[in-house]
Amino acid sequence: MIDEDPCADLQKISNPFQPEMMRIIRKFDLIDDVRFFQIRPLNASRALALSYKPGQFMMISNLGVGEAPFSISSSPSRPGLLEFCIRKVGHLTSSLFRLKENDFIGVRGPYGNGFPLDRLKKHDLIITVGGLGAAPLRSLLLYVLDNRDEFGEIYFLYGAKTPHEMLFRKEFLDLIDREDVHCLLTVDKDDTGKWPANIGFVTKLFEQVKGIDPKNTFVPICGPPIMYKSVLKKLLELKIPKHQILMNLERRMECGIGKCGHCVVKHLYTCIDGPVFTYWDVINMKELIY
Amino acid sequence: MRILELEKKNLKNFLKKISSNGEVWAPVKKENMYIYQKIENFNDIDIEPCRTIIPPKKFMVPPKFTMFKYNKEGYEEDLKDIPNRILFGLHSCDIHGLLILDKLFYDNYQDPYYIKRRKKTAILGLSCVPDEYCFCNETRTDIVGEGFDLFFTYLGDYFLVWVGSSLGDDMVRTAEELFNENFPVERIKEFVRWKKWRDEQFSLDIDLTAMPDIFELRLNSNIWDNIGERCLACGSCTMVCPTCNCYRVLDKVELDKLKGTRDREWDACTLYEYSLVAGGHNFRASRADRLKLWYTHKLQAFIGAFGDPSCVGCGRCLVTCPVDINIYTVSKTLSGEGGFFE
Repeated sequence: MIDEDPCADLQKISNPFQPEMMRIIRKFDLIDDVRFFQIRPLNASRALALSYKPGQFMMISNLGVGEAPFSISSSPSRPGLLEFCIRKVGHLTSSLFRLKENDFIGVRGPYGNGFPLDRLKKHDLIITVGGLGAAPLRSLLLYVLDNRDEFGEIYFLYGAKTPHEMLFRKEFLDLIDREDVHCLLTVDKDDTGKWPANIGFVTKLFEQVKGIDPKNTFVPICGPPIMYKSVLKKLLELKIPKHQILMNLERRMECGIGKCGHCVVKHLYTCIDGPVFTYWDVINMKELIY
Repeated sequence: MRILELEKKNLKNFLKKISSNGEVWAPVKKENMYIYQKIENFNDIDIEPCRTIIPPKKFMVPPKFTMFKYNKEGYEEDLKDIPNRILFGLHSCDIHGLLILDKLFYDNYQDPYYIKRRKKTAILGLSCVPDEYCFCNETRTDIVGEGFDLFFTYLGDYFLVWVGSSLGDDMVRTAEELFNENFPVERIKEFVRWKKWRDEQFSLDIDLTAMPDIFELRLNSNIWDNIGERCLACGSCTMVCPTCNCYRVLDKVELDKLKGTRDREWDACTLYEYSLVAGGHNFRASRADRLKLWYTHKLQAFIGAFGDPSCVGCGRCLVTCPVDINIYTVSKTLSGEGGFFE
C-alpha cells in the first residue's frame, strides 16, 4: 500500500526555494537611488566555493517583505563575495535600503543561462551598456579583463544621462587609461562642466569602434528599451550577425527556476532559458522586448 | 496491463477497504455541478460524474499553502502534514492534465512541494461520456495509458479495471476477493462497443492542429483587441484550467514582526499585476496582451515545444467564462470560422 513515507527519496532533493542567509559586509550609494551591496555567506569555505557566470542572477529575500531577482554585478574571477547594484523602486528594494552592514539577507541561485563564455572566447567584444544595464554587464567586463588573454579586442561602451547617473563612474573612468580595453563613456548631458569623456548618445560611440571584424564580434547589450532600438539598428548597419548580439533581459519572477510562470514568453522562460537571449531569439519572440 | 472485473456494488466495498491507507476523495454532486469531496459516506460518490468545477491540480498544488516558516534566523521548509490521499473518479483529461504538470514540476529544478503531494496521492481514474463541452478527442487526451494506479471503465453492472502501477496492484491485492481476473472475453467486446459509442458522442468541432502557424499569422490581428475588450480579467479560466499552474509568493508577517510565513498561491496571467515589475513597468498592461499570452502558451508554444497543446479538452473554460472567451471561440475565430468577437 501507500508507504508510510513514499517520499523518502525526496530527502535527497534539496529544496530549490530555500534561501541561504548571507551577511551584508559593505554597502554604499553608487548614484542617488542605486546602492551597491557586497554580501558573503557566513562560512568562509562556502564563500570561496560560490560559482556563477556573468549574466546570471540571484533571488534575494528580505525577511517578511519578499523576494525578487537581481543581476550579479561581481565577477566569478574575483571569488569570495557577491555584489549587487540595487535600485530603490518598490517595497522589497526600499526595505533592502534600510539594512545595515552585518544584517542578513536570504539568497538563492545563481540562476539563468548567463553569457556563453566559451563561445565568446577568442572573439572581439563590444560590451554596450545604457544606464542601469551596467549592473549585469560589469560582471562580464571584469571577467574578460581578468582573463584578458582569452579574448580579442574589447570595447566597453557605456552611456548614462548625466555623470551623476553613471554607475561605477570612478571605476570606469580609470579604465580609459588602460591599453588593453577601449573604454568609451558618454553622457547625454554634462551638468557638471567637468565631464572628461564623450557627450551624446551611446550610439554615437560606435563611430570610434575600429578594426573589428563583424563576423568575429559578439555584442553583449543591456540597457533601457529605448536604447535597444537605436543600438540594434547601428549593429545591423555594422553587419554584426543577429545571433552574436546578446541581450540581457528582465521580467517579473517569483521563483527564478521555471515554475511560477511569470517570465514566460512563448515557450521560453526568461529565468532558465534566459535572461541572455540573442537578437535572433528576440525577433522570433515578439514579446521579449517592448 | 492487468485487467480485472469488479461488480458495481463492490466499488464501495473496495474504496472503503483501501480507505484505511489514506483519505478518499471523489466527485460529489453539488447542485448542478461536481466537486471533489473527502468521502465519509461512500454512497455520496457519483459514478457518472461530469467534470468537477476545479480540476484535481488542487491536490498537488493547493490554491494557497505555506512554503517556509521564518524567523530572524532564516527560513525553515514547511513540508510536513501532507496526508496520503486516494483520488477516485479522475477522467482521462484530468490525468493528462497532471502529466502536463509533472513535466513542469519535475523538469529542471524539482519542486518538492508538488512532488511530495503527487507521490502521496493515488490516482484512480474513471471512464466518462462527453457532454456538449468536451473535446478531449481533439486534444488526444480521451484515452490514457499512464499516470494512473487503477483505471475504472464503467460498463453498466460492472467495471473493467486496468492496473497501471505497482501501487495499484497492491491496492487490488488488499481486496483480491472483490475482483475477478477470469472474466469472459465478451466483456472486452462490450468495452470496445462502448468505446465506439462513446467516441460518437463528441459534438464540438474543433481542430487545433494548425494553431501554431495560425497564431503566428494572427499575432497582431485586431481580433485580440476585440477579445481583450470583452474579457473581464477575472482569472476564472486560469483557476479552472487543469494545466494552468502559475503562482505568486507572498511573505506574511505575524504581529510581533519577528516571524511569519512565506506563502504560495495561485496566480493568473490574465490579471493586471501578473507582468508588472517594480518601478511600474507592465510588460502586459492590456487585457488583449494577457489573453494572447494565455492562448499562445497553450495552443502555440506548447505544441511547438512538446508536440501537443497544453489543453486537455476538458471544457472547463467553455463552462466557466462568463463572456464566452474559451479555447473553442478563440481557436474558431482565429481560424476564420465563426466570428465570435466581431
